[in-house]
Amino acid sequence: MTADKARIARQFIETIPHSKALGMEITALGDGMAEITMPYDERFIGDPKSGVIHGGAVSALMDTCGGAAVMSHPDAPAGTATIDLRIDYMRAATPGQSITARAEVYHITRSVAFVRATACDDDTDRPVATATGAFTVEGR
Amino acid sequence: MSRKAPEPVQVVKQRRDAALNALVGGVPYINFMGISFDRRGDELTGVLSFDEKLIGNPILPAIHGGVTAAFLEVTAVISLSWAYIWEDFESGALDVEALAAGNLPRLPKTIDFTVDYLRSGLPRDAYARATITRAGRRYASVQATAWQDNKDRPFAQATAHFLMPRPDLSND
Repeated sequence: MTADKARIARQFIETIPHSKALGMEITALGDGMAEITMPYDERFIGDPKSGVIHGGAVSALMDTCGGAAVMSHPDAPAGTATIDLRIDYMRAATPGQSITARAEVYHITRSVAFVRATACDDDTDRPVATATGAFTVEGR
Repeated sequence: MSRKAPEPVQVVKQRRDAALNALVGGVPYINFMGISFDRRGDELTGVLSFDEKLIGNPILPAIHGGVTAAFLEVTAVISLSWAYIWEDFESGALDVEALAAGNLPRLPKTIDFTVDYLRSGLPRDAYARATITRAGRRYASVQATAWQDNKDRPFAQATAHFLMPRPDLSND
């Protein structure tokens, strides 16, 4: 991926209002791979008793990260949209820790990109959630 | 011999609304997203009030796919929890005042969640309803559908599986 394309993809993703609202930050991007971090925030709590983040916020992180991975792929010329996304919740994320998702495009055709993603908190050996999704490849 | 007189309507409404409010109002993320629930008897409809921060594609513009997923997930888990506690607060086994004070029972946990995007989410309010397709003792399956202008043209659909709380562990 050219430096220019990386810059455009990063700029586009960083201006998405909802990603900004969730405090998402790109930590790595390029060649069909994206890594995005979402900080712990009390407004995202799903279980007030334990302080665990809501699954919906994790879904939003997975979706953004998957889309970013597709946009950064050298064979994906422009935008993308999610066709479907499946998320498996392995365990509750530890309250107080940020969640980092890493997504990779493991196969791409002229019209579809197949993506896998994993989300971890500080304990990177035990993922919080994994996801698989299909995304459109647009603008070709 | 006489039947027990039916409860006054305001007593029934007050109890059900208080139980729903306890279930929904205490969750910060649901407030953050601007999701509320309409209740007709035991039927719930999730309402996602549009806000600029829900946008995922500023060029179209369209609601973020993650917002759509989260909205369906919130609707699925609240609808399932609601059905799970319904009989207990209706019978009085579950005290609504204790619920309102934040003493919620253990709630279902999401095992997995699959969302299908059918068309792009427009920058306006969205609605969702969930159907419990299997309510087992340990596992439950729930389907949820979201629409905007026309209920017959949903913009997203989801299937989710949940792990139900074990009653023998109800005291944590």
